Amino acid sequence: MNRRIYGLENEYGIICTSDRRGGKALSIQNAVMYLFREIISGRMYPDVFLENGARFYQDIGCHPEYATPECDNVADLVSHDKAGERIIERLSVAAERKMQADGFLGRISVFKNNTDTPGNTYGCHENYLMDRRVSFRQLAAQLIPFFVTRQVFAGAGKVKSTNRGSYAISQRAQHIREEISIATTTARGIINTRDEPHADREKYRRLHVIVGDSNMSEFATYLKIGTTAIVLRMIEDNFIKQRLALRDSVRAIQQISEDITCTRKIELENGKRLSGVEMQWEYLECAKQYFEQVESDPVTDQIMARWEYVLTCLETDPMQLDRELDWVIKKKLIETYVESRQLKWNSAKVLMLDLQYHNIRPELGLYYKLEKDGRVERIVSDSEVEHAMHHPPETTRAKFRGRFVKLANERKILCGVNWSYIQLYEPYQKLFLSTDPLQAEYEEASRMIYSI
Amino acid sequence: MPAEKQQDQKDKRTQETEEVQPDQEVVEQGEEIKEDLDQILDEIDEILEEDSEEFVENYIQRGGE
Repeated sequence: MNRRIYGLENEYGIICTSDRRGGKALSIQNAVMYLFREIISGRMYPDVFLENGARFYQDIGCHPEYATPECDNVADLVSHDKAGERIIERLSVAAERKMQADGFLGRISVFKNNTDTPGNTYGCHENYLMDRRVSFRQLAAQLIPFFVTRQVFAGAGKVKSTNRGSYAISQRAQHIREEISIATTTARGIINTRDEPHADREKYRRLHVIVGDSNMSEFATYLKIGTTAIVLRMIEDNFIKQRLALRDSVRAIQQISEDITCTRKIELENGKRLSGVEMQWEYLECAKQYFEQVESDPVTDQIMARWEYVLTCLETDPMQLDRELDWVIKKKLIETYVESRQLKWNSAKVLMLDLQYHNIRPELGLYYKLEKDGRVERIVSDSEVEHAMHHPPETTRAKFRGRFVKLANERKILCGVNWSYIQLYEPYQKLFLSTDPLQAEYEEASRMIYSI
Repeated sequence: MPAEKQQDQKDKRTQETEEVQPDQEVVEQGEEIKEDLDQILDEIDEILEEDSEEFVENYIQRGGE
């Protein structure tokens, strides 16, 4: 598929601590309740679709989760992913004010990461609409080595323990137990088999990817989604001929995560030994050949160029990528701080730094301190993110959903909304179901929206 | 060192050298970048004033998907 739907879901970590005035901290459940209070406005469950077409809800394990609207362009997706952070940031400020009015003096911290201190994990899920005709066996075989190795640029980094230098590239790698699995809360797989296309099942498959980390870096999100989309396109066109199957993929994903030099060789099924970066070069070289034969577009060209740039840097010295990749940006910042303050690596402050890198509040989050100073590469502008907070993408069905939600909210009409339908109850009694997320305009939907 | 004083010194340095050599520009740029980072490190000090040990220990989530 040339044009494709992308979506990102992020489960956020949340904690409510007492402030220095000695107020009482709230439980996570209560903090999440405050977070949702304004936005659910009278609804029974903390689960709403927003005027930008996104869904914001409380997921398994009490995590606030933001699912972007359907995007058909990777840059749009980055804007909408960041818009989710900004929406939750504003809600957390509002929640603190309400808590204060109720006599609780606490601070809500929200983290876009994937692990807590004792080692529980929560996910960042990528979604790709795919051509149904691809055999699942082939899809899995060609994707697994890619997913095992793309962490070299997509990993969010993690201080593993407070031993000096004990740093992993990926947060999520250590929680992966299977090659292929349907489970998302236990025995998580490199390939997850959940397949709810919210569209015509005959035509489309939805690839639900749970193996990746949440990214703060726009560049990392852009490259992660962009390269995956290129690989999917090649798989759909049956173009990948390289034999890249690994001897033990689950072990490999952990070995690569634990090697910050990115040089460790892993064993392939055919006996060859390649590093994660070399495996990525195989996919990139294949993609170069592919785009000699099929038409590319400016965004794809840009992704290809950045993919090559990143692999070239990773080969010489990964630490050069301290403006682009989360795991490098964070590692360098922690090291600089530890050296300048002559901290011991076994200090709790080191773990705190790791955590605070992912804090979505710009005045607290370390990523945002670097961003404010122009020390990280951006893909989108603040105004594009602001726009995405209130407007759906123009070219997918999120457009009519967003317009519907906005109007219904303004007129205070109770309605039903889901990824594939919009519904009006009494006295209208109307339902519109869409089976193609790539289509933005439907006459029937427009008629329904303007009837309210 | 207060920021004003730093600025004064920097101005003095520029005044003293009539023709700024390219090399020196690079050096000064380097200093500026480092100063900026110092500011970030100071801001991190403030964030870490909070009891890190307690905060980190309390950061317990239920497992998600």
